[in-house]
Amino acid sequence: MQKTKSSPFPWLVLRTQVLSARLDRRVPKVLLAIGMVTLAAMVWSVGQGEYPVPPLDVVRTVLGLPTATSDYGFIVNTLRLPRTLVAWGVGMALAIAGTITQGMSRNPIAAPSIIGVNAGASLAAVSLIVVFPGVPIAFLPFAAFMGALTVAVLIYLLAWNGGTSPVRLILVGVGFSLVAGALTNLMVTFGNIYDVSQALVWLIGSVYGRSWAQVLAFAPWLIVFGLFSLVLSRELNALQMGDDLARSLGSRLEWQRGLLSFSAVALAGSAVATAGGIGFVGLMAPHIARQLVGPSHEGLLPTAALTGGMVVVVADLIGRLLFAPIELPCGIITAVVGAPYFLYLLIRDRK
Amino acid sequence: MIDPALTARKLTLAYDSKPIIEGLDLAIPAGKITVLVGPNGCGKSTLLKGLGRLLKPQQGFVYLDSTSIFKLPTKTVAKQLGLLPQGPTAPEGLTVRELVAQGRYPYQNWLQQWSEEDEKEVETALTITELQAFAERPVDSLSGGQRQRAWIAMTLAQNTQILLLDEPTTFLDLAHQIEVLDLLYDLNQKEGRTIVMVLHELNQACRYGDHLIAMKDGDVYAQGKPDTVMTKTLVQEVFGLECRIVDDPVAGTPLCIPVGRKVLGIV
Repeated sequence: MQKTKSSPFPWLVLRTQVLSARLDRRVPKVLLAIGMVTLAAMVWSVGQGEYPVPPLDVVRTVLGLPTATSDYGFIVNTLRLPRTLVAWGVGMALAIAGTITQGMSRNPIAAPSIIGVNAGASLAAVSLIVVFPGVPIAFLPFAAFMGALTVAVLIYLLAWNGGTSPVRLILVGVGFSLVAGALTNLMVTFGNIYDVSQALVWLIGSVYGRSWAQVLAFAPWLIVFGLFSLVLSRELNALQMGDDLARSLGSRLEWQRGLLSFSAVALAGSAVATAGGIGFVGLMAPHIARQLVGPSHEGLLPTAALTGGMVVVVADLIGRLLFAPIELPCGIITAVVGAPYFLYLLIRDRK
Repeated sequence: MIDPALTARKLTLAYDSKPIIEGLDLAIPAGKITVLVGPNGCGKSTLLKGLGRLLKPQQGFVYLDSTSIFKLPTKTVAKQLGLLPQGPTAPEGLTVRELVAQGRYPYQNWLQQWSEEDEKEVETALTITELQAFAERPVDSLSGGQRQRAWIAMTLAQNTQILLLDEPTTFLDLAHQIEVLDLLYDLNQKEGRTIVMVLHELNQACRYGDHLIAMKDGDVYAQGKPDTVMTKTLVQEVFGLECRIVDDPVAGTPLCIPVGRKVLGIV
């Protein structure tokens, strides 16, 4: 307690004539630290593989500086960099979607993967791959978004109930996941063998073989809806006080909730379209971020985003190091860590 | 007579088309403390939500300064009327200062998210509720009384002329109940704020209320000054409780002493 007294104001305040904002003092340091860990993991990850590239050469190649071998350019920039970037971006998108879902529902165990939104996105994306094999990659995010949106609307109609019943939300979500999973299997059974094998690797949640095409198809979704979510962070702060209080503070509740849900669904859907169902990131990242910077969303959203990005980049790296040269999809790594964490949250929440 | 702060006309409030209150007319006097009493389920909280535009009426109107409250932009209303619901819970880890700052929401927009006035009002609210020493503590680490003060501080930062509070003393021990009521009394006396609150404790309702509204089955059974409203018959008819009314030896307001079977010797 003495410590907080020596720094009487725990906020960084920005104030000009037209603009004013505040941020928890811890945020910049935390963002910097997470960013540095992520960067280190990315460099390691890009250097790692059948044809190892030393870290310094990775950095030089990315920056366009000359290196010992000219092969590095192809290996780093064409083969490995897009994969790591996809991992990072997908992690950020899932984490933002999870933070929004948890804040809006005031439910610590809500996340798009838990309530079935990701399963809906998967079903729509697999359907597209199997039914229209020739469709360009850029269409996948749209299909996945529609699938995710459908599940989100169904959940709202069937289980929202003010978001106050965590168990109900999750049970309905599990139901949706099972139905969507079964339909996805059906699609896989009827599909052409080549398309199906591609769909299967993707379904577990993997950034294997991701190219610049995927990065470019996904980036606009992340940037647009990521920034949009950040703009709405003040609304999310009001919503997490509960419906009655948000309303009495003057929040246009239904409208704000609609915008936020739309943003979360777009982020989760496009992430799933890009890298499949990487589970538990949207669940874990917001909790880790809350421990680091507290529950105000102006700081929480960016922190959760960078945390999610770091988690997936590191999970992908671990998946490749653990049984090298065999690769484990990063979705398996996040599940191994995330599932026990989910159980811990459930048990803690029961008290 | 001064214009009422809030007026309800033919107000019908319902949950899922099940009406709780039907065709109610009511005026909340400005600058006074109004206390709503009544048995559980009589519609006190529903009425409070209706007055605070949290519940859309099925029929009828609530007027704030002679304008229908639903015709005004909700942020405009939030600058004139604050409502503290029953048993609010803060997000885990939210500090008292952050909670109180949330009360500034109606004054902020995309560009102005933390003005000097916001900062000043939050400081004032923390000072009035004597919470400066706890400002950096998470709300969930406070005692019940401190926590309730933090919530009241949030509604104070909203800087509204009218405050609606749903059972602000529930779950508090007696000393903390009086602390909260004294705080509200100060606000009313020093700043002339209109306060409407739901209370369960009839003796506190009589002591702190200028205007008492007794509700039964979604309707106003009686209203007026506590000395005229709080009678033996009223408690019998509204609460189904046999009691005696004596003068409060400290305040002189009505004091309701329940009879109960133990005294009557009936088992």
